[in-house]
Parts: sequence; C-alpha cells; structure tokens
Amino acid sequence: MHADPAGVLTGTHFLDGDHACCEGALAAGARFSSGYPITPSTEVVERFAARVPKVGGTFIQMEDELAASITLQGAVWGGAKAFTVTSGPGFSLMMEHIGLAVMTETPCVFVDVQRGGPSTGLPTLPAQGDMMQCRWGSHGDYEIIALCPNSPQECFDLTVKAFNYSEKYRVPVFVMLDEVVGHMTEKVVIPPADQIEVEPRRYTTIPPGEFLAYKAKDDLVPDMPRTGEGYNVHVTGLTHDERGYPDMKPAQQDKLVKRLVDKIRKNADKIILYEEEQIEAAEVVVVSYGITSRVAQRAIDLAREKGVKVGKFRIITAWPFPEKRIAEIAAKVKALVVPELNLGQMVREVERAAAGKAVVRLVPHAGGTVHPPEQILQAIMEVAR
Amino acid sequence: MAKGTVEIVVERCKACGFCVEFCPTKVLALSSAFNSKGYHTPYMVHPEKCSGCDLCGMYCPDFAIFGYKQPAPAKEASAPPPAVEAEEAQDAR
Amino acid sequence: MTTQTIPFNPVEPYLRTDRMPHIWCPGCGIGTSVNSFARALTDANLDLKNVAIVSGIGCTGRVAGYMNLDSFHTTHGRAIPFATGLKLANPKLNVVVYSGDGDLFAIGGNHLIHAARRNVDIKVVCVNNLIYAMTGGQTAPTTPGSVVTSTNPYGTYDPSFNLPYLVEASGAVYVARWTTFHVRQLARSMQEMFKKKGFAFIEVISPCPTLYQRRNKMGDGLDTMKFYKEVSKVKNGAPTSEVALSKSGEIVVGKFVDREREDYRDLMHDRLTEVLGDQYVEAEACECSI
Repeated sequence: MHADPAGVLTGTHFLDGDHACCEGALAAGARFSSGYPITPSTEVVERFAARVPKVGGTFIQMEDELAASITLQGAVWGGAKAFTVTSGPGFSLMMEHIGLAVMTETPCVFVDVQRGGPSTGLPTLPAQGDMMQCRWGSHGDYEIIALCPNSPQECFDLTVKAFNYSEKYRVPVFVMLDEVVGHMTEKVVIPPADQIEVEPRRYTTIPPGEFLAYKAKDDLVPDMPRTGEGYNVHVTGLTHDERGYPDMKPAQQDKLVKRLVDKIRKNADKIILYEEEQIEAAEVVVVSYGITSRVAQRAIDLAREKGVKVGKFRIITAWPFPEKRIAEIAAKVKALVVPELNLGQMVREVERAAAGKAVVRLVPHAGGTVHPPEQILQAIMEVAR
Repeated sequence: MAKGTVEIVVERCKACGFCVEFCPTKVLALSSAFNSKGYHTPYMVHPEKCSGCDLCGMYCPDFAIFGYKQPAPAKEASAPPPAVEAEEAQDAR
Repeated sequence: MTTQTIPFNPVEPYLRTDRMPHIWCPGCGIGTSVNSFARALTDANLDLKNVAIVSGIGCTGRVAGYMNLDSFHTTHGRAIPFATGLKLANPKLNVVVYSGDGDLFAIGGNHLIHAARRNVDIKVVCVNNLIYAMTGGQTAPTTPGSVVTSTNPYGTYDPSFNLPYLVEASGAVYVARWTTFHVRQLARSMQEMFKKKGFAFIEVISPCPTLYQRRNKMGDGLDTMKFYKEVSKVKNGAPTSEVALSKSGEIVVGKFVDREREDYRDLMHDRLTEVLGDQYVEAEACECSI
C-alpha cells in the first residue's frame, strides 16, 4: 500500500534528523502524537504540531511522559497511527507503558533521541546509552524492534519503516537516534507518495461475535479489531486468553508470553537490517551503529590506507540483534571492533554472538561528543597485529 | 396475583443482604438453603407484596436478582358485554 | 394482543456473562454502581457501539473487564490519558473512565487535574471506597483520619482529599457525588453526565467491607449501606469546599457543579480554524485509512 499524499512532503530538503523523523512519521500515516518536551528530541513534535493541523490530525502536549506514552496508545485504539518522542529521562518514565504496548500488542512508535546519561546527564550532547534499555527497560519477558539511523535521510526512511514494522508485528518499535544525528542537517530526499510503501493496519475481516481478539494468525500476530464497530474488544495488560479476557494461570502465561516473544524471534530474518562492506577478505570488522558508524567509516578508511583489511558492519536493526550474521563473520575474522558512545552495551550482543570465535574489542566512550576517529583507528591497529 | 415478582440467579449471590434490606415492601428474606459457594440466598417470603419495582436488582452488587412487573392477566377475547347487563344499567339510572 | 416478552435483568445485556460471578467481595458496592451505570446507558439511549470504557488498576478497575463494551484495562493511574487519546482520535466515541479513588487521585492525580483543566470530553466515574482495596487495604489519599489500614496500622494521620472540591477547582464542568445507597439518583446523574460535553465527574462512595470496614470494626457492607442512608444529606448545589468526608460524619451528596465550558476539542478546533483558515484540515477522526 502506498503512502497518503497528504502527509508526504515530496522533494529535496535540507533537514535535521529530528525534522526528518517527523516527516517520516507523517509519510507513514501518523496522524496523532502525544509528546512531552525533552532536549534533544523536542523538535520532532514541535514540527508535528505545526504540520499535522494542515495534514489532518492531532498533536497534544501531555503533562508528563507517563501520560504521553499511554495517550498515544489510546489514539491507536481509536484508529490512528501514533507515536511519541523522548530522550533518556523521559524514556525511563515510559517503560511501564512500553510493556503495556507489548502486552496489548498495540502498534506504535517511540523515538528516543539519546543524550548523555545517566539521570539528567548531558541534555544537549550525544550518547548511545539507551540501547540496552530499549530492549530490556520494561519488566518481564518481551521482544521489540529497534532501528538506528545514522543520517537525517535515514531518520526519514527508518521512521517509515518503524511504523510499518509496528503495524505488521503489532509491537512498539523504537527509532534510536542520538543528539548528533537528530541535530545534524543534511540533504533529505522525500519521494512521491506512490513510491513510499506503507503497511496498513491489520484490521480483521471477521465480523463481531465471531472474532477472537488475541487469536494469532500463522505469523504469530493476531489481527486487530476496530473500536466503535461492536467488537466489544477487551484490551488488558493482565495475562489474557484469546478472547482478551484475563486468564492468570501459568499455562496461559507460558502460551501468551512465548508467543509475544516468538512473533519477533521467529520473524527475525524478515526484520533484521544491516549494511556491510568488504567483509569477505577482512581481518578485522568494525561493528557500529548510529552516529558512531560515520566516525568509524573515517577510521576504517585510515586503517585501509595503512594496509589493514578492514570490513564494515553497520547495525541498522539493533533489536532483534543480527546474531546469525555476526556469528558467521566472527568465525572468519580475527577481530571485531565495536565503537559505541557508551561504556559497553551492544558489544555484549556482539560478544554473545561471536561466542569466542573472534576477539571482540570495545571502544567505549562515556558520551558528550563523538569518538575521535583516531581512537577507533588505534583499536583497529591493535587487534590487527 | 402480585403486581411483580423476582428472578434469582442463585449461583451469583453472595448473601450481602442488600435486597432483603432495601426492598420497600419487605418481600425477601435470606433462606436456609445455600448455593454451591455456601451463601444463603434470598427467597420471596411475602411474594404477594412484590410490586416489581426492581430496587432489589438495582442494589444487588452481584447481578443475582431482579424484579419485574408481571403482565396483567389476559382479558377474554373482545366479545361485547351481554345485552342484559346493558339494559339493567339503563334501568338503574 | 401483545406477546409476552421474557423478562431479563436490565444490567444483563451489559455484562460479559461468561465471566460471572465476578471477583468483588460480598457487600462491595462496585457491582451496585454498575447497575446504575447500566440503567443510565439504557435510559440515555446511547449507541452502545460508540461507548468505550477505560479502567485503571484496582477493584474498580475490573469493571472494564466485566462490561460488554469496547473496554480497556490500562495501567495504574493512567486510564484518563488513555481515554484522552482514544477520544481525540475518535471523537464519535463516548468515552467513560471507570476507576477507583487511589487509581484516579494518587498515582493518577496529575492526569486527572490536567484532563479537567483541559475539559477533555470524557466521563469519569470514581468509585471511592476510601482505601486501596485490591492490594489488601492500604491508605489512600481519600482515607479519612484515624482509621486503621495496612500501611497505617496505628491509625491514619494523613489529611485526605475532598474529591469534588479538587475536581471542581481543576475545571470539571459536572461534579456530583452519591453513595451506593443512592442507586436511582446515581443512575440519573450518570445519565446527565452522558449528555454533558466536557470533563464530567461522579464520585460514588462505596463500602469495602473486607478491608476498610472490617479493620475498623464498622460492620459489613449492609451496615455501611444503612450508615450511608442515615448520614447522607442531599445538598444539590452545595459549595464543594464544604463537602469533605470524615470518619463518621455527614456525607453530603448531590449534584454540585453543572456548568458550561468549551471542551478541549472545540478549543483546539476554534484556534486552528481562526489562525489557519482554509489550511486547517479537520479530520473527524485521526483514522489511519491506510
């Protein structure tokens, strides 16, 4: 299905990541956002507040992130595609409602423009410190999808993709920016609406009375009922059966939670995205994501000039993690270098997937600015020896 | 025939006593019988006093009782009154 | 010649009968309030397809699960923002929030005052049993002074909220209080509430015989209902500042506030039309047609 032209700002633009993200949401069909201001994410919803009255929709600034993260879910059940935007401290507040979205299988998008943490940290400066949090931040067992753009163009493209994934798998999807990607201004090309693929909401065609709200189809995802059409759906965060009614027995817990997890794990091959270059003959592969991947490119080029055979692996879906591909690569190379703007988060996934077959070398950074390329280069040179 | 009567869903009752207390004509009492959960359920001790007002139903927190007005007994099929009675009525005037 | 209709309990069509009997205790007033709610829905002649009920967490929060409507059992304290999103995205829905005193006024307090401030067009029924019942009887912001709860084993000393006062001050256009004894007046209030545009609020005082009353040797549910009958005074139009509750004092009930104010959607619509004119695209619902 193609995008609704009303929300597509076709053309060549000079936009920063935050603004491009907003355009991606509109292009994907988002017509509702509930937000709360937090640096460096606020521009996303500020633009949405200005744009959506002319496209046809609603923005509401709520009283806190606790409200913002659930108001959008009410809007989703009201029929809209909806999202919110935040950064570290707000993201922490949203954790309970992320769990609610997972449990009720509410399609929605959360954008986190990461900044220095922990706590109030560095409000205006970049970090990549929320990567594990977006995977594990809420309580209980669950799986989500997270995408890492490394340019304003990707902020547009991956936000569209995020909405599409959220509708297809009925799961909250995270677009993990960082302050640099969010505030850097670059060329963003927005195609005509008929060239943008958009996933429609998987509304059921089964009539009320016969429809079971949480009975999964073959892809492990149930179709969605429409509110206001007599389905008398029951949506609850309690462990529930196929009717949606609370059923708090261990057998049902096992059945439901495993399905919620499996619907991502078993479909991982269709979800995972990455970009790789010169892996085949590589001795060392640099694994990176977000803004760090742009710095890493510089380090990779410098290392290649020095004669080291360096491959590049850029993580685009951080979650589900591309463990199969990393395992394959680890089996063939000497070392994996993992620079990230934190003190070691995605590197743990790389280590897990590599399972000791290659040396895994973290290039940490507590945040506040990007790595100097030399720091990554030094790590490459050290492991290449 | 009483103006109203009640229906009791015995298995839902938790013997809270609201219906017994708030029936305006004191139709109900808790019986010595009990349901599968052990609650003594109500019964109509004065059924003739029931007006079918459904206050019991409004009060019941367990949706276990409701009252309704009984339909008036069906009249004989629409035959005209016997001619004799009409003449007598006229003479009486 | 009329055919005899099979009599049924007026509340029955509104229940998920496959989930009866419910979990509420003997003598709990939540079920009684649901009777009034069902009666009000019938008398208001609403299209039930367009009625959505949103609950939080707690004993009263379970109401959504038992009603045969589009129902949403959300997180603790957040029924109101969920309802706000639901209503703004789909204005044709009649959105009712049905939740308890702790859920709406402690953890959910902030959301309540903002929704009232904005005059979001949602209808809030707050069953106030003066306690956190579901979790075993802890102190709530409505628990009167000098009563024993599980977190105040030596008796409460927290001052408690006067709910109608708080809600009126926040901007609600309709504020009423009844007890579960006042079944007919409650039903009438709820019916009025459906017709009211904007943030409408009804407090329903209810027994919690298992926890609040039992721990304080106040008898059972029936004793409490008789207590409500004895100490309630109907004072329609009373100043909400004067309707605070106390442990055994008078319970002022009635309709306290009924005023007119533009609801949130109207405010938004008026401003955007004024400033954007033709450019403003008003979507009836934020429907993702795709």
